Amino acid sequence: MPGPYTDGHAGTYIIEGRTGPWELVIGLEVHAQVTSRAKLFSGSATDFGSEPNSQVSFVDAAMPGMLPVLNGECVRQAVRTGLALGAQINRWSRFDRKNYFYADLPQGYQISQYQHPIVGEGEIEIELEDGTRHTVGIERIHLEQDAGKSIHDLSPVFSYVDLNRSGVALMEIVSKPDMRSPAEAAAYVASLRAILRAIGSCDGNMQEGSMRADVNVSVRRPGTKFGTRCEIKNVNSIRFIQQAIAYEARRQVAILEEGGTIRQETRLFDPDKGETRSLRSKEDAHDYRYFPEPDLLPLELTEDFIAQCKASLPELPGAKRARFEAELGLSPYLSGVLTADADSSRWFETLLAETADRQGKPQRDVAEKAANWMTGELFGALNRLDLAIAESPVTPAQGAELLALVADGTLSGPLAKQVFEIMLETREDPGVIAEERGLKQVSDTGALERTIGDVMAANPDKVADYRGGKDKLFGFFVGQVMKASGGKANPAVVNALLKKALG
Amino acid sequence: MAVDHEMVARVAGLARLKLAPADVAPLADELNKILGWIDQLQAVETGNIQPMTAVIPNSRPWREDEVTDGGIQDDVLANAPEAAHGFFAVPKVIE
Repeated sequence: MPGPYTDGHAGTYIIEGRTGPWELVIGLEVHAQVTSRAKLFSGSATDFGSEPNSQVSFVDAAMPGMLPVLNGECVRQAVRTGLALGAQINRWSRFDRKNYFYADLPQGYQISQYQHPIVGEGEIEIELEDGTRHTVGIERIHLEQDAGKSIHDLSPVFSYVDLNRSGVALMEIVSKPDMRSPAEAAAYVASLRAILRAIGSCDGNMQEGSMRADVNVSVRRPGTKFGTRCEIKNVNSIRFIQQAIAYEARRQVAILEEGGTIRQETRLFDPDKGETRSLRSKEDAHDYRYFPEPDLLPLELTEDFIAQCKASLPELPGAKRARFEAELGLSPYLSGVLTADADSSRWFETLLAETADRQGKPQRDVAEKAANWMTGELFGALNRLDLAIAESPVTPAQGAELLALVADGTLSGPLAKQVFEIMLETREDPGVIAEERGLKQVSDTGALERTIGDVMAANPDKVADYRGGKDKLFGFFVGQVMKASGGKANPAVVNALLKKALG
Repeated sequence: MAVDHEMVARVAGLARLKLAPADVAPLADELNKILGWIDQLQAVETGNIQPMTAVIPNSRPWREDEVTDGGIQDDVLANAPEAAHGFFAVPKVIE
C-alpha cells in the first residue's frame, strides 16, 4: 500500500504514490428514509423496531394481484427536499421496475424511478473544519421502495426474513462526483442530514438505518479524466464513510501502481477490519432490466402542489446560520454549532426568546450569553450524561430563568453552576432551587459589613500590615469574607465594602 | 431488433427460468417473431402523439398517509414453506 497521504491546504487530499500523486473522485448516493406514517405504496406502518412481519400488508409481501397505491405524503416530502436543495422539480416523473432476485425482495423487483426521477439537479453548500466552503452538485433525487431485512446469524441453516421495511419510502439522493476527500464527503453528508432534519423529510438517524450511503470512489492523476470507480454499498455512519473512502482509494492506487486495472464492482465496508471487500462477483447482477411500472400512473405534479410544498419549508440551516451571524451577532463558530442540528437550533431559539423576554432586552443583546451557556454548560452536561438535546432534563424556559438570575445578580457565576447541577438532577426551576437551598448571592450590605467586621476583628495583625502598605493582602480579606459567607457573597459588593472598611 | 441464442439463455438465467438447451432455438424464433412485430409497430409515426398511460382520465390517485393495513403476521406467513419466530425462514443466503 502507498504511504501516508498529505492533507495539505484547503480541500486537497492527495495520495502520494510511488509513481506520483493521485487525486480522489467521490460521489455519494444517500438513501434517506422518508418520514411518513405509512409505506410508499401501502397502508402499513413504518415504525422502527417492531415485531417481525407485523407491519406488512399483502402489497408489501407481494401477494398475487395486490396493487400499489402511491402515498401522497412521500411525494410531498421528496418535493420539499428537492426545493430545499434548490433543485429542479420535475412536473412529470415515472416509476420503473428494477428487477433482481433476493430473499428479502418478495416482488422480485424494486419499484424505483430510473429514467424520469421526481427531482433533477440541485446543489448543497458544505463547510470543512477549517471553514472553507464548497458547493457539491446534486444529480437527482428519486423515490423508491426499501427492501426487507435478512438476518443470517439466528439459525445455522436458515436466513430469516423480516418484511417490515419492505415498501418503506426512500429518497435516493445522488450527488455529482464533486468531492475530493473523505472530509468533504463527511461534510456533505452532515449538511444533507441537517437539511433533511430541518425540513422534517427524514429523521437522519443513521444507527436505525434511516440514512445510509453508497459511496463511489475512483482515483486519477490530478486534473486528468475520471478513473474506473468502485461502489461501496450501505455505509451507515459518517466515520465509516471516511474510513471506507480512505481505504478504498489506497487500495486502488496500489493496484494501479502495480500496473493493474480497476474492475468496476460493488464492494462492502467491514467496520471491524476497516477495509472494503468485493461483494458481487456476477456481472449479471447489474443487469436490472428496468421497464416502466405498469401498475402505477406517471407522477404528475401541479404548480399549486409545488407552491404549497415550498410554502411549507422552514428556514434552512444555511439561512439560519447566516441570520444568527448577521442579526444576533454570534460568531461563525457558535452559529455553526447551533444550526448543525434542527433540535439544537429549535432549543436555542426558544431559549433566546425566553431570555430576551425575561430580561426585557432585544435578542441581540442576550444572544451571545445564551449561546455560550448552551454550547458550554448545557452541551457539556448533556455530553457527560450521554443525552441528546431533545432529552435535556433542563427546559429552555428554565435555562432562560437561570440566565436571568445571573443577569440580575441573584446568582454569581459559581452559584449558577451549582444551581445548574441541581437542575439537571431534580428538574426543578432555578429560582426555587436558589430560594430553598439558600444559594442566592448575598448583596445585602448590612450583612456583609458585619461579616467584614468579624474578619477584620479576627485578623488585627493583617489589618495593620495592609494599612502599612501590604496591598497584596486585599485578596486575603476577599477570600476570608467569601469563605465566611459560604461562597454566596456578591464579589463586587464585597470589594467595594472592603475597600471602604480597610480605608 | 433480434435476439440470438446466447441472449435468450442469458435472459432466462436472469429471470431464473430453467431452459433446456433444446428449447433455446424454438424460443429464440418465437421471441424474434414478437420483436419483428414490435419493429413493424415502430414504423408508425408517433412523434407528435402523447404516450397513453391510462384509458380513462385519472388524476392523482394518491393515498393519505395513514396506517390502514398490517398487523397480520399470521396471514402474511400462512403460505410460507418455512417460518420461525415471526420470520420467513429461507435457505441461508450469505454473500
